[in-house]
Amino acid sequence: MSLLTTLARLEAIRSGRAEPLATVLHRHLADRPMVLVPLATAAEDGAPLAVLLGTDRAEPRLHIVPQPLNRERRAEFLAALADDLLPYLDSFAAAVELIEGSEKEPATGEKTVTTRELCLDAPQLIVPNVGSVRHLALLGRATRFRRTAEDPDPGPYPAPTRVPLLGRWLTHLTERAQVPGSSLLLPMTGLLARHWATGQSLLEDQHLAAQLAWHHPPAGLTGAEAAELAETARGTDGRLLHPPAGPATDPRFDEKLLAPAIARFDAAQAAARQGRPDAAVDLAAAVGELRHLLLEVLLPTWTDVWRGLDLLRALPPGGHLAERWESDRWSYTGHRDRLAAGEPPQPRVDDAVTAARKLAQREREQVRVGVQEALDDPLAMAERRLAGEAFSGVVTELEPAYDTSGRTPKPRPLLTVHTTDRPHADLGREVHRASGPAAQKAEVVAFDAAAGLITVRVVNGMGRKKEPEAGSLPQPGEPVTFTLFELAPRQSAPLPEPDDTPWTHGGPPSAAPRSASVSEEWA
Amino acid sequence: MSVADARLASTMNVSLTDQARRLAALRGGAEQRGLDARALAALAANPGCRRRAVLDAAGVDKGAVAGRLGRPAPFGRSPFAIARGTAFEARLKADDCAALLEPLRRHLGLPPGDGDRLDTPDLLPRSGPAVRAARTSEALAEAVAASLADPALWTLLDHPMLRLTVAGAPAYLEPDAVLVHGGRCTVVEIKSFPVLDGSADPAKVGAAARQAAVYVLALQEAAGLDGPSGSPQDPGPPGSPELTVLLVCPQDFGQRPVAAAIDVRRELATTRRALARLTRIEELLDALPPGTSFDLAPDPAGQPTRPVAELTAAVDEVPAVYGPECLSACELGFHCRAQARAAGSVEQIGRGVRADLGDLRTVAAVLTACAGGGIPAAPRDPAAAEDPATEDPAVEDPATARLRYAAALRAEALSGVALSGASG
Amino acid sequence: MSLLTPPTPPSPAAAADAAVAAILAATVHPAPGAPRGVVVDSPPGAGKSTLVVKAARELVAAGERLMIVAQTNSQVDDLVDRLAAKGTELTVGRLHSGEARPAAEALRHPNVTASSKPADLLELDVVVSTAAKWQWVKDVEPWRHAIVDEAYQMRSDALLAVARLFERALFVGDPGQLDPFTVVGTEQWSGLSYDPSSSAVVTLLAHNPAIEPHRLPVSWRLPASAAPLISEAFYPFTPFRAGTGPGDRLLLPGTRSDGSAVDATIDEAAEYGWALLELPARHTVRTDPQAVAAVAALVRRLLDRGLVASSEQGRVPLTAGRIAVGTAHRDQAAAVRAALGALGVPVDPVAGPAVSVDTANRLQGREYDMTVVLHPLSGRPDATAFHLETGRLCVLASRHRHACIVVARAGIPELLDEHPAGDPVQLGSAMRIPAGWEEKIGGQVIGLLERVGAQFPDGWEANYRVLQHLAEHRVRGS
Repeated sequence: MSLLTTLARLEAIRSGRAEPLATVLHRHLADRPMVLVPLATAAEDGAPLAVLLGTDRAEPRLHIVPQPLNRERRAEFLAALADDLLPYLDSFAAAVELIEGSEKEPATGEKTVTTRELCLDAPQLIVPNVGSVRHLALLGRATRFRRTAEDPDPGPYPAPTRVPLLGRWLTHLTERAQVPGSSLLLPMTGLLARHWATGQSLLEDQHLAAQLAWHHPPAGLTGAEAAELAETARGTDGRLLHPPAGPATDPRFDEKLLAPAIARFDAAQAAARQGRPDAAVDLAAAVGELRHLLLEVLLPTWTDVWRGLDLLRALPPGGHLAERWESDRWSYTGHRDRLAAGEPPQPRVDDAVTAARKLAQREREQVRVGVQEALDDPLAMAERRLAGEAFSGVVTELEPAYDTSGRTPKPRPLLTVHTTDRPHADLGREVHRASGPAAQKAEVVAFDAAAGLITVRVVNGMGRKKEPEAGSLPQPGEPVTFTLFELAPRQSAPLPEPDDTPWTHGGPPSAAPRSASVSEEWA
Repeated sequence: MSVADARLASTMNVSLTDQARRLAALRGGAEQRGLDARALAALAANPGCRRRAVLDAAGVDKGAVAGRLGRPAPFGRSPFAIARGTAFEARLKADDCAALLEPLRRHLGLPPGDGDRLDTPDLLPRSGPAVRAARTSEALAEAVAASLADPALWTLLDHPMLRLTVAGAPAYLEPDAVLVHGGRCTVVEIKSFPVLDGSADPAKVGAAARQAAVYVLALQEAAGLDGPSGSPQDPGPPGSPELTVLLVCPQDFGQRPVAAAIDVRRELATTRRALARLTRIEELLDALPPGTSFDLAPDPAGQPTRPVAELTAAVDEVPAVYGPECLSACELGFHCRAQARAAGSVEQIGRGVRADLGDLRTVAAVLTACAGGGIPAAPRDPAAAEDPATEDPAVEDPATARLRYAAALRAEALSGVALSGASG
Repeated sequence: MSLLTPPTPPSPAAAADAAVAAILAATVHPAPGAPRGVVVDSPPGAGKSTLVVKAARELVAAGERLMIVAQTNSQVDDLVDRLAAKGTELTVGRLHSGEARPAAEALRHPNVTASSKPADLLELDVVVSTAAKWQWVKDVEPWRHAIVDEAYQMRSDALLAVARLFERALFVGDPGQLDPFTVVGTEQWSGLSYDPSSSAVVTLLAHNPAIEPHRLPVSWRLPASAAPLISEAFYPFTPFRAGTGPGDRLLLPGTRSDGSAVDATIDEAAEYGWALLELPARHTVRTDPQAVAAVAALVRRLLDRGLVASSEQGRVPLTAGRIAVGTAHRDQAAAVRAALGALGVPVDPVAGPAVSVDTANRLQGREYDMTVVLHPLSGRPDATAFHLETGRLCVLASRHRHACIVVARAGIPELLDEHPAGDPVQLGSAMRIPAGWEEKIGGQVIGLLERVGAQFPDGWEANYRVLQHLAEHRVRGS
């Protein structure tokens, strides 16, 4: 935890309320996000129990698995979930813009103009916490290889085509969620924790209701007291007043309520199979009871996620959100295209080249989101200033100077900044002007730490003329921020194609047997 | 009784002393909560906490104490999880453990052997722990001897009972299985979390490894090894345990078993240290006022009658080292959190934050330091007074200086007014 | 009696020569069907750089051209300098990026050509560059041979990007130093043999189980006082020894002690090769002013007392350029530099011989007569994985030819004692031929699920072992 975050948390302890960690919104929020609250069966990470979802807070839709160990019930659940979720995911596929680009013909080296489709908008899934993301990833893994009636060898339990399709989307979204700064799938606990500090630890923040309690503690209670109630308060029937946000349920709920209700369902089903007369009524009642139980568990969290969205929407959006959302749109468009092209589902395990590419992308995006957040938000920039990676101050002097080594002299003005910051600004160090009219580099030529004066030589961003273009340089009295880090991530080095994987990494993956077709016991 | 057993018993007689009696007194009338491998492994989770060390060594039911203190532990196991675990283990042990032996052969480097024989001696599962331990010890010795004579012989000790001396008293431990082959034994740990596409939740595997290390330690004790042995080149005398244990889990989403070999030397070293610390419990006991007791004084119906204030005072006699990790690892976590909050200690938001705060240990001290108010300067000595690294003579402590700077940056960013005066 | 005398172990020099000869044979004249990679594990100061130069010269003498991959620009410059100086017959190319100009010492040799374009250098005997630069090289015929230096510090994804450039390679590195790292989550790949964030050598060995790593058995850098401890604490399964014996390396103070703790510490280090200056226990921020001051005072007195280092290389005064200060964090290094500057100790190498003050990461691969180390755990309220990382302490404690002084707050043993152990354990698929399986399966590679990435001894054990030793050389400061 950075010192500034520590400070904010300690302030939250003092005030008893959450304290800001950001002055702007740092993640894109869709106009019509899909909120999805999943529950899993205890001790079986990938086995779904229920899900509550929808784009309208007033109309959540519930799907449950009345008997989690029953393959058919699970299959029905997955099909229903696919029916519910896929139309939302597909609804962004049609509206596109055309983006022009150029491509190099590998054989001739000739450049040709190409146009590519980019979806105008993309879906966004909001889940309560990181555990929910992991659960969706497991669901994706469990379903994307499911064989369907259309497969040449459908196996004994063919699934509807939309089930493996759902699996591929869930896999794509949960993979994308690993990319820093991405917004196709976001956990609410993480979103809130990025923007506000509570007076508790990050571990405790994983409990959505406890984290939210710091935002609106009931009158007379501190955030800590309200959070503890959210964590532990139980009603007279022993049930938690605020059930955990999942995907796991409270073991005592499992024991006292869920297990008996499932047992009643089993009994009713057994009776129905034996053809007992009023079995259908009993079965419907048993299912109804389970739906009621699980809805009661899910609704508080459903409300919490929407409350979290309300809080976040009150923040002004950061300046780079649209740019990063465009990457998400590309990601969505790319997956849409792969599905359309009939590509096979994502493999179980990445091959060496894919893993390296993904790592490179994540590292690049990590840098990008770090830079963009600092540019968008003075509080994020404050982190970098405290770390000695940036300095802000007021220009005290602007002295014209020139590089006369070339044919024509080039402007290399000296800029002196008064700052209270202590950057690791060694002489000769390259620095970058933040939020200037254009990208501008400079190098440190003097640093008087005692007087707080840093002098830099500006080397570009001044136009092509002999004198710096008007407005291209900050003037004395003007505030300015320089960073010691570059303002754009570096390009990643090229990697071989998977089929050219070298001997050091086991050779091409196609040489090794793929096990994707092995049948699964589950699902 | 084997030689090792006799040796163990004799050391126990020496150490079943005064200390064991003092620990029993702390527990009061309650039955001793046996330290199982899970509890022993958990000791290493927060070795600095004296409260936990004393209560665990005394075999106090921390969950019951936490309940009486008004902040019960939120732990529990879902019946679904229990059912799943039982079903998986039953499936493994069906058909002469066929489902278990196949992966084990692979890991032990043995081709599928038609001539192999499996022996599963009766370990008297319905007897008391001491009897079971004695029977296990006997069966283990026989199995080792027999396996040396017959390389095709495998012996599976199903739920054996091992004994380990902990803080001078015997603790009884029940591994899922111990497999004897070729004169060596291997601990088998069966867990119901899945191995998905060749990987599993690292936290769960870590916990399983620590638990298995406790069993390895008990087997080492039984084999008469008492020094740290960590060398794969020197496996030790016959019967000594392999330092690699087998973790058996369901594969992917099904119930098919998959085994993983886990080298537990690291966990073994950690466990040794944790146990050595427990034997030093004497010092902690000495620090307690005479008459300290965690007895809940249950009435005939089992309801505690001990006054809460009195119990709180007793628990508070032993200092705790709280961190948010305790909430998921210790029954007293919520109680200790409430105390940490009441005391305003900075650890309530995480232990790691202390690294930035120097000597400052409370929320109030940190926030006062930020405000630049009159915090008492840390005592300084002449050497530091001439310290060139402290550039600002007005600022006493570097932690304070950095905190003030951070607070100023935060205030500036939130107010939208630049530190150096200009508007940003 | 002669029957009972065990055979005399070969002298360090003979043992080292035999190891080097085997490595060179495997590299220059590989047996038919031999694996395409040769891996050499080299403990600190075991002659890794010498080996690289030798291998390059022998390959060229055998009519080959080769490329060399190092990890940082300063490593590349260092290597180019050595290659060009030792191998005057070689033509050496220094491939560099557009932004980073090579260092002057690399360019001072007539047989060195520098360029940012690979095409300019293709005809040269040896071309040296960083992995980062090699990744961008395209449209060239692969070299038949490559040497990868500091291979344990190279990430697997970097090797993936450069391996297309060569057919066979010699990988040289120190497995005890700091592992490569990344700041983003890589859990989904941990356990994979080609986890892109793991070390290149780990991936290479996993996919080429027939490669048996060679070992350099003798440290020429570490003195007899240090090699046993470093070997035992950090390389317990691949022990090495010192090339010099007790008494071969002497540090002789020119002036007598002034009776201070600082001078007593220096005397202890001069006598025994190790000293611990222990300051009173206190929780401090990283840039603990007293500890920083103590480090600075030690270096100042080291220079003032006119120490002479006597070794197999002769007698030389212990000057600023032969001293290094090692820290865990950059801000600590900056604070020490400031403190030294205030005491008039040169710390800027551009201005002339200077004391090197740097973090463990940057001191990797470097060598000094004397080091002063600010202990990574000094003054900390708790240990983190970063501070306990085995490689960090190993680097800091193994840079010296004569002696190492550690400065620390009291209380580290207690800190270690209270360190929670709840480490996760990663499963992965190892590809290997289990011991004793050859005859059963004919050398076939078997995929096994097992624990991966576990270091033993872990940082805790290594730290504990080193502290135990240092406690015997403790001087209490105020």
